[in-house]
Amino acid sequence: MANLKQVKDSKAKSMGLHKEVLRGRTQQVFFNPEEAENFFYYGSHNVDFNKRTEVDAKDLTCKELNDKINSLMKDGYGTVVVKNPQGKHSLGVGILNKLNLIFEGSLGYFGVGSIDGPVVRITGRVGWSCAENMMAGKVVIEKNAGSCFGAAIRGGDLICKGSVGARTGIDMKGGTIIVGGDAGAFTGFMMQRGRIIILGNTGINLGDSMYDGTIFVGGKIKSLGSDAIKSKLTSQDVDWLKRKLKVAEIGSNINVSKITKIVAGKKLWNYDQLEPTEKKGAI
Amino acid sequence: MCGIAGLIHKGKTVNIGKELQDMLQALKHRGPDSTGYALYGEGNRDNYIMRFKVGENVKEGSSAVNEDKSVYDSRKKQVDKHIRDLGADILKDEQLTPYSFRYIVKYDKDLMEFSKKVESVKMTEILSLGKSLELVKDIGDANTVSKQYGLDKIKGTHAIGHSRMATETGVDIRSAHPFWGYPFSDVSVVHNGQLTNYWNNRRALENKGMRFMSECDSELIAVYIASKMRSGASLKDGMQDSLKELDGVFTYLVATKDSLGMAKDTMAAKPMVLYESDDLVAMGSEEIAIRTLLPQEIDTHDPYDGEVKVWQI
Repeated sequence: MANLKQVKDSKAKSMGLHKEVLRGRTQQVFFNPEEAENFFYYGSHNVDFNKRTEVDAKDLTCKELNDKINSLMKDGYGTVVVKNPQGKHSLGVGILNKLNLIFEGSLGYFGVGSIDGPVVRITGRVGWSCAENMMAGKVVIEKNAGSCFGAAIRGGDLICKGSVGARTGIDMKGGTIIVGGDAGAFTGFMMQRGRIIILGNTGINLGDSMYDGTIFVGGKIKSLGSDAIKSKLTSQDVDWLKRKLKVAEIGSNINVSKITKIVAGKKLWNYDQLEPTEKKGAI
Repeated sequence: MCGIAGLIHKGKTVNIGKELQDMLQALKHRGPDSTGYALYGEGNRDNYIMRFKVGENVKEGSSAVNEDKSVYDSRKKQVDKHIRDLGADILKDEQLTPYSFRYIVKYDKDLMEFSKKVESVKMTEILSLGKSLELVKDIGDANTVSKQYGLDKIKGTHAIGHSRMATETGVDIRSAHPFWGYPFSDVSVVHNGQLTNYWNNRRALENKGMRFMSECDSELIAVYIASKMRSGASLKDGMQDSLKELDGVFTYLVATKDSLGMAKDTMAAKPMVLYESDDLVAMGSEEIAIRTLLPQEIDTHDPYDGEVKVWQI
């Protein structure tokens, strides 16, 4: 297993991330390959990406569709195309499996929330709280997204080719959010880890009360929130942005070196430096 | 929670009652207590359409006080007398439920004076007064209210509506949306959210002679917009002022005889999904409301924080 302490000191630290080693109750527990056999996900299935099927969601409730997707994974289907989602809520949630999932149309609120592993493509728009609590995987939305896009995500790539609403990436704890268009007010509100890339403009109070993480903005910033400050874009940031945008197939016309980098000023308080009893006092 | 919806057809008259009914029924889960419609129908060019109630719906689920139905008849007679005393003529008189009525009234003087006189009768409230506005609200979901009042046959150009989850005031008609923009003809408002400086604004507006019929914070928006328009502001200017002067989280819709407006607070804390095309603008708290009109794939978006939009028919 790689020496994670060493990795943090060299690469991540130089990019302005994870500057301090976590301790106390916020200490991260890292995956140990030697214990892999002890890891088991309830409801995970072996699927074949070449085994493809289509489901029409027109007359299905969200529970019926989600149950259907689960049973298809159980039968080994690795590629599922959902037709006529018609803006229904909570579709494609709780998928803890590798899966190639395609929605031909738009989703309502809480679409593909709490997922861990699937690659999802949505040809339409998504409502509020898309991919909330996502752990891993990739979600690509071809049109716009509503507010609270990627709320509290912990990992994976969440890409919206259009514009997103307010509070994008609120409370996010990891992963990457990429937005091709504009973002609303309070983007990155209270984010704790991870990275947000907005290629268009942002609304008021960008990065308000953020603890950590990085926000990259290609357009204009209406205003910064409390404790969000501008930081110098490093060559490593530029390399990472180029690579990430290329993989996301977005922003090919963007001059990455002109992107603005926003980080936490850490003046409100440094959460990780406080003991639990002190945190209570600070709040 | 609460659900709001609106639609405006440009240069076209359609079955607006049925369209709004379907949109509001799709939002039933956001507010099952009461449903309200503000439909801008083909109207009456010369005379006013007045919808009013002289009592409350006391069916199961209502928080209104039960009354002997015989009082409704005497209240209606008092209303009729007041209207005649004001020099107005009742051209048509329809009783829709034991407690609600629709009149066509010929009147050409001050609407505030008219309204004050009519509403001086106990438990009487003018739900709407205008030349094209038909405002109907009652307890139950969209289908129930539409069936009760025969709304699915009303034709018109634009409409706004509301499905209410009662939070801080009772389940009754007077607290239900939409609210009429007293004393302006054809002005109505629906709202999703909470206002936190309700009482300060209410006292200020009451001092200016505006009336409140409920303690529902949403009514403040209707009265506020009406007050702005009374002092000469345009609908859009009045709505823009509201973003600075009304505290809280809100998305609201306002409709007038020939326009429909939408405003979202500066925190963008309440949802709204918008579809715009050359001949139709439709909006709702959730996209599924719009999908009842347009099941095919369409482009929609969320308006941003502090956004005000007004469309003309």
